Amino acid sequence: MLVSQIYNDPIGHWVVVVVAMALLLFVVLTATAYTVWFERVALGRIQRRPGPNRVGPWGLMQLAADGVKLAFKESFVPASTDKVLYVVAPAIAVAAAFLAWVVIPIGLWDYYGPKITYWIADVNVGILIVFAVSALNVYAIVIGGYASNNKYSLLGGLRSAAQLISYEMALGLSLVPTFMIVGSLRLRDMVEYTFHLGPYNGPIPLIILTPIGFVIYVIAAVAETNRAPFDLPEAEQELIGGFLTEYSGLKFVMYYLAEYVNIITVSALAAILFFGGWYLWIVPPVLAFLLKVILFLFFYIWVRGTFPRLRYDMLMRLGWKVLLPLAMLNVVGTAVILVALS
Amino acid sequence: MADEEKPEMSPPQPSPAREQGAKPQGQSVASDVGALLTGLKTTLSEAFKPVVTTMYPEDKKPRSERYRGRHYLRRYDNGLERCIGCELCAAACPVGCILVIAAENTEENRVSPGERYAKTYEINMLRCIFCGYCEEACPVQAIVLGPEYELSDTSREKFIYTKERLLEPLPPDVQARLDSKERK
Repeated sequence: MLVSQIYNDPIGHWVVVVVAMALLLFVVLTATAYTVWFERVALGRIQRRPGPNRVGPWGLMQLAADGVKLAFKESFVPASTDKVLYVVAPAIAVAAAFLAWVVIPIGLWDYYGPKITYWIADVNVGILIVFAVSALNVYAIVIGGYASNNKYSLLGGLRSAAQLISYEMALGLSLVPTFMIVGSLRLRDMVEYTFHLGPYNGPIPLIILTPIGFVIYVIAAVAETNRAPFDLPEAEQELIGGFLTEYSGLKFVMYYLAEYVNIITVSALAAILFFGGWYLWIVPPVLAFLLKVILFLFFYIWVRGTFPRLRYDMLMRLGWKVLLPLAMLNVVGTAVILVALS
Repeated sequence: MADEEKPEMSPPQPSPAREQGAKPQGQSVASDVGALLTGLKTTLSEAFKPVVTTMYPEDKKPRSERYRGRHYLRRYDNGLERCIGCELCAAACPVGCILVIAAENTEENRVSPGERYAKTYEINMLRCIFCGYCEEACPVQAIVLGPEYELSDTSREKFIYTKERLLEPLPPDVQARLDSKERK
């Protein structure tokens, strides 16, 4: 194949990778824009409003309009802020959010014709990279809150740090049983995990084996992405806008973008880790993956449209006293079962 | 297994009243999770009900008969202006947005049936609070408040409504209503 020849050439390899990265960046950015649109329409419907419907057909160009508006806003930096950190913080947020997509496998086409892999890197510690990179989001929020030189921003940033650290533990532990069952940290292996039981011999969605882990993952993921009902870092009613208070224009866009990319990332991870990634009966791989991610995004929006925000002590109690012990028990329980079965 | 996974769905509800209360509602984990699921069901079922929004610029709701929008100065059927320049509307106006300068009617220049007429009649729409006192004060029913409320414009000067603009014919339905009132 011509493409595989280019790919095996040392220079051509980089060309292919760079093109793939540009393509991925474009796809994720577009997906983000339409996630925002989808969220606004879905929330609107839940509240019996139509949502955005003025710009373009069904309001589909709303995000383009918002983007243009925000891009042309004055780039304002408040006085007596830490100028460097103030600009670096949103950049960290966006970079961390996009980096995770390097290792997320979107699909694999190997039925007929050339074999196509829809990912940039197939790393054998993929899930660790995703977590390592998404943990950087804490720095973006804390640094942004600190650099703003504003008590509400600082409070929001500190709240966020405490929240993200608390729930990261539960999030990580909720996936340990999955790793133990699959025996790999490679995201592709999670999707391609095959199950042998009687006549059945093929891929299964891992949620059948790790239901508790899934429930913990979903709750912790909502908290990790600072979404309602865990959106305390930017609780408008108490903190004005939390760490976002002093940000406007493109720097605000970067935080906003990072938030939505993170939502798509955790949705994609949920699809990969629990619902068999790109496998769905006869649905083509990438389409199946997309479908699962969209369902997860809807679930997120649905939860946002339903539950009120938790009080701060409730949030901490839920994280440390409920989710974390449960996740640990889940790990121990899975280990016992695995040893008993082997 | 199914029961084990439930606690984390429900945030504990530690209000003191509940902890001391004899029969609290959400004491068991199962009922708490049930409450959360009820919430999710409620919002989802709302999402499939029809949208209640009025699509405003395209779809306008009818206003009440007594709606107080922009002002009109009326004429008699024979074309004479009703306003006799008495300035009672200006006196009644709580914000002083009406300016009336009266002049004498003469045989060759008869504008209104009375002795005098309004040579200048201006309303500052930026000041007007649409209380309708001018309409109540007018002894000859010359000034009425019509149904229009979309009065935005691009400069302050355009908000000073002059006599020409106020003398525009009333919308037919308002005219018909006023006519029927006078016949009674």
